[in-house]
Amino acid sequence: MPEVTRQRPKFLALNEIRLPLAGIASILHRVSGAGLFLMLPLLVWLLQLSLGSTPESVTAFKAVADNLFVRLILLGLVWAFLHHFCMGIRLLLIDMHIGVEKQQSHKSAKAVMAVSLTLTLIFGLKLLGVY
Amino acid sequence: MKNRIVVGAHYGLKDWLAQRITAVVMATYTIMILAAVMGGATRSQEAWRSFMSHGFIRFVTFIFIISLCYHAWVGIRDIWMDYVKPTGVRLSLHVLTLLALIGYAGWAIQIIWRL
Repeated sequence: MPEVTRQRPKFLALNEIRLPLAGIASILHRVSGAGLFLMLPLLVWLLQLSLGSTPESVTAFKAVADNLFVRLILLGLVWAFLHHFCMGIRLLLIDMHIGVEKQQSHKSAKAVMAVSLTLTLIFGLKLLGVY
Repeated sequence: MKNRIVVGAHYGLKDWLAQRITAVVMATYTIMILAAVMGGATRSQEAWRSFMSHGFIRFVTFIFIISLCYHAWVGIRDIWMDYVKPTGVRLSLHVLTLLALIGYAGWAIQIIWRL
């Protein structure tokens, strides 16, 4: 290990550190991905029930999908999917050197948050049977 | 030791690329399914069943499932690598993640193929 010759500045006042919006969107990409992974069995199970051929499986699907708790989880997953989807597109664009500049990347992070939350609201109201 | 190039073997490049390719595959599939749903593929359970049992849809759904599992493997593995330091615990989590994903893939493919 080479010796550290210069005292590096430290700024670890956690209550004063502000994660920029792009950073928040970035950590939410990870959180949403983890959530989707954890709930994968539920989604596969719902797919199985939705495609069942017996009347019992149709009834079972309705019972599960109508459960308020399941619906709330699904609402969370809708957000997670949308955020992961939008943020994924943003990251792919950045990989192609589009929107790398600080100002543009801040703007695109804002757009990701706005679009995913708006679409979650639209899909969420549909999911909860408002319209 | 000073001039050792630690990234010389392209560690992780393959996974980095796979993560992007699977992402594009899944995004395309999502838009396709969304279009089908808006076109009435879910208007009844029979319609949904016949849509999902179509040969082409089965084919792309299979690719989607494989892409999802590969993508999730890379993503979740990165989470373990970032936050879990003890080698034994990390290895166990890696193995559990892999086994779970292989199981989910088999389960989901079986649902599609039994239609």
